[in-house]
Amino acid sequence: MSLIETLPRLRTLRVPRPDGLIQWIVPLCIIVIWQIACTAGFMPQRVLPAPSDVAVAGWKLLRSGELLRNIWVSFWRASIGFLIGGSIGFAFGLANGLSKLSGQLTDTTLQMVRNVPHLALIPLVILWFGIDETAKLFLVALGVFFPIYLNTLHGIRNVDPQLIEMGRTYGMGDIELFRRVIFPGALPSIFVGLRFALGIMWLTLIVAETIAASSGLGYMAMQAREFMQIDIVVLSILIYALLGKLADSASRALERITLSWHPAFQKA
Amino acid sequence: MSEVVFDTQSGDILTRTGEASQSQSVRPSRGLPLTIRHLRKSFGNQEVLCGVDLHVPSGQFVAIVGRSGCGKSTLLRLIAGLETADTGSISFGEQVRRQDIRMMFQEPRLLPWARALGNVQVGLGEERNEPDAQARADLALAEVGLSDRRGNWPAVLSGGQKQRVALARALVSKPRVLAFDEPLGALDALTRIFMQQLLERVWKEESFTAVLVTHDVAEAVALADRVLLIQDGRIAGDFEINLPRPRERGSADLAQLEGSILRQLLGGQDNGVS
Repeated sequence: MSLIETLPRLRTLRVPRPDGLIQWIVPLCIIVIWQIACTAGFMPQRVLPAPSDVAVAGWKLLRSGELLRNIWVSFWRASIGFLIGGSIGFAFGLANGLSKLSGQLTDTTLQMVRNVPHLALIPLVILWFGIDETAKLFLVALGVFFPIYLNTLHGIRNVDPQLIEMGRTYGMGDIELFRRVIFPGALPSIFVGLRFALGIMWLTLIVAETIAASSGLGYMAMQAREFMQIDIVVLSILIYALLGKLADSASRALERITLSWHPAFQKA
Repeated sequence: MSEVVFDTQSGDILTRTGEASQSQSVRPSRGLPLTIRHLRKSFGNQEVLCGVDLHVPSGQFVAIVGRSGCGKSTLLRLIAGLETADTGSISFGEQVRRQDIRMMFQEPRLLPWARALGNVQVGLGEERNEPDAQARADLALAEVGLSDRRGNWPAVLSGGQKQRVALARALVSKPRVLAFDEPLGALDALTRIFMQQLLERVWKEESFTAVLVTHDVAEAVALADRVLLIQDGRIAGDFEINLPRPRERGSADLAQLEGSILRQLLGGQDNGVS
């Protein structure tokens, strides 16, 4: 899983980066073709509104403040849930990677919980927490927990034992060994987990908001469906895409800064 | 035989030629003597070392050769303190600190996330946070000729350069015993020769006791004062190499010595050369 995630990146990053513009060519073409298809009448308005109509709907929502409020609510839920789940996952990953006892004690349990699709818990979570904020945060945290946990654990267990032996022979204590050898060695894998987690974070949140919420992007889309406002539904979907891309870019930027030593991130 | 010279500047009488040149090679060494008694080590049921006795005088350059699996690397790891012996003792004549004994591995084992200079600083051990740490690391890098690479990541260094950074890391704490576990094994032939000359030079300059494990008999006779042959967990041969330095690679003397050591190495095999 983690290998597949990193492999294409290793190749693409070698390409010099005028990609600031190149990467937007394809999405732009899609929008243009879409617009043409709609104005020419190939696409019935009821199935897919034209991008211009979506933009108009977006502008109206923006002026009323509703759009920003919903984006903010979703963003807040996503980040808090991510922080909670991510830090618990990271802590368990560290503990189980570093201590055999801790691994034996908790890993089996965690693997069992992992195999329950966390979205299947929605009915239970609604019974527990109602459609309160807690329900959404709980689901996001649970979804984010596992990719971070697994990849942190994997990263720590796969630190080169020769480097650890080297650190020991040069007199590093446990804390120093962790800080200078184990953690930096596990970092590439932790980042893979982070990017997976960001994807799961949006997925979980949108599903949870669609089913049970009174605010947020998912709620906005569901409300629009009730009133057959297909342009707002499409707008919400486009915003998910943009937010997802934003989160991914942020994690990549962080990766590029902290992993500047990595051959994949060096300019040839 | 020695010629007495009057130094007009200082007014001292200096002895030169014969004795002087000799005193340069036998000048008091910082290196620690190494005494090993009845050393045994086994892994599971497999006895790797069965009773090794050895004395290495201070500052000597010893090479250990032997077929793979003969226990030479284990002996080195015991000397470097990476393993503990089952029975027997290793002593250095006095109480040693960890940074007095350093080991250079077959792989460079550099931290990929630290620059060359940072990797050398690792070698300072507990002193790595002292104010002069960076200056000392710089000095060690200069000694291996890599001052201009101090800010580079290991990923952009060549195999030989990485191994030189590893050497600088081992040297920076001014060790008194340096153990080498086939450090040149993975290098190409030309880089090897260059690295051998570098090793010989730093050994002369820093005057530590050197123990080099190698599978290359030519390398052993080119570098060492003494070559030990290990077979089946025991020292099976002990050769003094009394050739002047710097030794000329490919000379008849070296070739002859190499030949006789190789013959004994291969003679231990049941049915000759395989």
